[in-house]
Amino acid sequence: MSRSRENILRRLRDSRETGAAVGRDFTVIEDLQWSGDEAVARFTGLMRAVNTEVHETTREAWPAKLAELCAAKQVTRLALAADTPVGQAARSVLLDTSVETVAYSRDIEDWREELFFQVDAGLSTAAGGIVETGSLFLLTGPDEPRLLSLVPPIHFVVLSRADFANTLLEMLRRHGLAAGMPTNVLLISGPSKTADIEQTLVYGVHGPRQLVVLLTD
Amino acid sequence: MDKPTRQFHVRIQEALNDPQIRANFRRAMDGLMTKRANMFPDPDELERLRDLGAAVRRNALAQLPELLERLEAKCAENGITVHWAESVDEANRIVLDICRRHSAKSVIKGKSMVSEEMELNHYLGEFGIEALEADLGEYIVQLAGQLPSHIVMPAIHMNTRQIAELFAEKLEGVGYIEDAEELTKVAREILRHKFFDADVGVSGVNFAVAETGSLVLIENEGNGRLTTTAPPVHVAVTGIEKVVENLADVTPLLSLLPRSATGQNVTTYVNMISGPRRDGERDGPQEVHLLLLDNGRTRTHADPELRQTLQCIRCSACMNHCPVYARIGGHAYGTVYPGPIGEILMPQILGCEEVGALPGASSLCGACGEVCPVRIPIPKMLVRLRKEAVDNTGASPVKGGGAQRSFSEAATWKGWEKVHASPALYRLATRTATAMGGLPALGPLKTWASVREVPKPAAKTLHQRLEERGNSR
Amino acid sequence: MQAEHVHPGQRPRQVYLFGTCLVDLFFPEAGVDTVSLLEREGVKVIYPKDQTCCGQPAYNSGYHDEARTVARQQVRLFPGDAPVVVPSGSCASMMKHHYLDLFRGEPDFAEVEALSRRVYELTEFLVRVLDVRLNDLGAPEKVAIHTACHARREMGVAGDADALVDQLANVERVGFTRQTECCGFGGTFAVKHGPISAAMVSEKVDCIEAAAPDRLVGGDCGCLMNIGGHMRHRGSPVKVQHIASLLWERTDG
Repeated sequence: MSRSRENILRRLRDSRETGAAVGRDFTVIEDLQWSGDEAVARFTGLMRAVNTEVHETTREAWPAKLAELCAAKQVTRLALAADTPVGQAARSVLLDTSVETVAYSRDIEDWREELFFQVDAGLSTAAGGIVETGSLFLLTGPDEPRLLSLVPPIHFVVLSRADFANTLLEMLRRHGLAAGMPTNVLLISGPSKTADIEQTLVYGVHGPRQLVVLLTD
Repeated sequence: MDKPTRQFHVRIQEALNDPQIRANFRRAMDGLMTKRANMFPDPDELERLRDLGAAVRRNALAQLPELLERLEAKCAENGITVHWAESVDEANRIVLDICRRHSAKSVIKGKSMVSEEMELNHYLGEFGIEALEADLGEYIVQLAGQLPSHIVMPAIHMNTRQIAELFAEKLEGVGYIEDAEELTKVAREILRHKFFDADVGVSGVNFAVAETGSLVLIENEGNGRLTTTAPPVHVAVTGIEKVVENLADVTPLLSLLPRSATGQNVTTYVNMISGPRRDGERDGPQEVHLLLLDNGRTRTHADPELRQTLQCIRCSACMNHCPVYARIGGHAYGTVYPGPIGEILMPQILGCEEVGALPGASSLCGACGEVCPVRIPIPKMLVRLRKEAVDNTGASPVKGGGAQRSFSEAATWKGWEKVHASPALYRLATRTATAMGGLPALGPLKTWASVREVPKPAAKTLHQRLEERGNSR
Repeated sequence: MQAEHVHPGQRPRQVYLFGTCLVDLFFPEAGVDTVSLLEREGVKVIYPKDQTCCGQPAYNSGYHDEARTVARQQVRLFPGDAPVVVPSGSCASMMKHHYLDLFRGEPDFAEVEALSRRVYELTEFLVRVLDVRLNDLGAPEKVAIHTACHARREMGVAGDADALVDQLANVERVGFTRQTECCGFGGTFAVKHGPISAAMVSEKVDCIEAAAPDRLVGGDCGCLMNIGGHMRHRGSPVKVQHIASLLWERTDG
């Protein structure tokens, strides 16, 4: 192993011209700013343009909306994070409905078959929304496992407008991620899709077929 | 003409004669060019963004050894094991080794052009390990036993009908369904089980961040995320040039790549991985490996001008805008990377003996350089590689430099030099041509003459007329 | 991609003409009409008779020593600081931009660089330095313009040709589809990759014919030989000319 490493590094260092660092000016990105209604309109517009369902709602009303959507989409089993405010609120509102909530609080090895083949939808919390591209910003971790937003064919996400950032750059800086990254940081900008078969757009390839955003204040 | 070059010309002719290739690529490239143009409505902003993208890449290449060391250290801190491979053979052995240590029988693949460079699937297959492509386009070409014909849309050369036939032929229990949605469902179902069962997931890397020890992957389908999350082991393979210094550096590239490639604001998923499953986490691989491949890149890096080749972020804008690629399609090039980037990269990886003729298949129109989001001066690189291909001084920095030099062509240019370096000889030659009244349609002119009128020399040259007019000095 | 010009807004008393080898042998009338257009503006035109070729064919083929020998000869023919006007975007670009690569590290680099700063493609010189005013005396017609790739992308002069033709009151400038796509000439490319070039020029002519112009003009004779040659082969009635000839023909009393 080390021999290749040393050879590669040596050859790179031996390059006749070693370079000094090249400065980068991020103004062109920092200049991108949208405020208030403009931001909401842009965010929801971009999401809807790629088949994302966006429901504008409130911090109080979203659980009821979720219940309504689960019924409409015939969701019988909903996976969620047990220990987050969103997960708890959802469990609470769905308690007396026909929707069974399943907490993602076991290691995936213990219930893989179930998650992959017997869960209709997943619910997660977005840490933020990026206005420039209409993207959800998710920080995964012990509370919010990675497969929750990926495996079930329907993905419900709760996002607050208060957590908007103009750009990914702004979001990364806001969360101080240069100093240390969680295992997995995700941007999700729509349902899974492909145009690989003669450029025909098809939704729902490997990731969720439906992305449903509950956008609160 | 050597054999590889002859075969190249044969493949070109086959493609030009194939109405489906012509129609598919023309339609697809037109669509992609329009989509890209729509996504960059402000020319000033685009140029500033390209400047920033180019600066990010140049900075990374200027400090490449230091950044690779930093990347390795940070990855190690994060629990990612870093491997270095000088050659594709070595790279394949490393992946095999990891698979064997885990008694892996099946590998699921996210999209990776570097793994195509390695011919990894074939290699693993020889050791009884099934490597299955999960990206739909790659899955299709794998079933068909072909190379991808485009670096972003691998199956762009095929029609729905052909794909339906392919599925019906190769997949057990699947009938003929000429419908993109239905075909996608079939692939999704099959691959879902494969994700579920896979022992190892192999992916590429779009950008590796030295500052944080992170791997950034972008995609639309979700197979990249599944490949890097579901199996217990994740192996990421990349060329050494894909590193960037800081996390912030990724942002202009993410702004440029999807828009340049397919006219999307952003890909459906942007996936930033910084380690295997941590304590308390419920999913994710137990082991993450990063394999850094050289395969000729250090040689390219050594030359400051050729180093620019390594700025590439594999967006495909160059081939989408290339009038040659639109007419011959990806397979005609016969290489892992086709189109303009292929023409400058492949001679440096494989050498001028094998593919030294590739840079000649260009009219140097410059459409590629005009759209490259990181400002690689592709036309300049094409001319540079043409020079290296005929440079027989022994001092060429490119593998196989001089291999394309032919006695007859060199003699032709020596003759051209003699005539054009001597004003008297030149005037004599041009006056002779005017006196003859024409040029014989022989040799190279025969090709011209088959579809065009051969131009006739004028009765008097400009030299003569301006002499008469009194402007000559 | 435009380098700085040393004579913006000034009216030089004299210029050099670098005619180009294609104009010399195949389209001398374009060169003569170029001289007429310049002289009419009160500019004296000097044609160094020892000029031959800018060296681009050898350069693009990778034979850089040979290209440099010939290029070096040309550089010496234009002493002083008079502008060098070139009725070809690709040759102008060769001298303005690619000479800098060809001569990097050479003892005469400074001389080459100094020359490169005063090289102009014809249409940009007419519009941006001389600010010509054209009085159209011709009959009404439709004209399409083909701008060579190097003229468009390296010299940035597509707008100048358009502006000149737009000044002709009785001419309707017609556009056509895929106007910015290469015509397939590419110098030696047309010969080395004849089949691809043939496919490209065929589609280019399809697009032009669909716009039904009376005349096709351009600033680069290589492209005009390519497109015009194929049009003749197809029996197309469209007249093909260098833009200098169109302008002189329609404005010369």
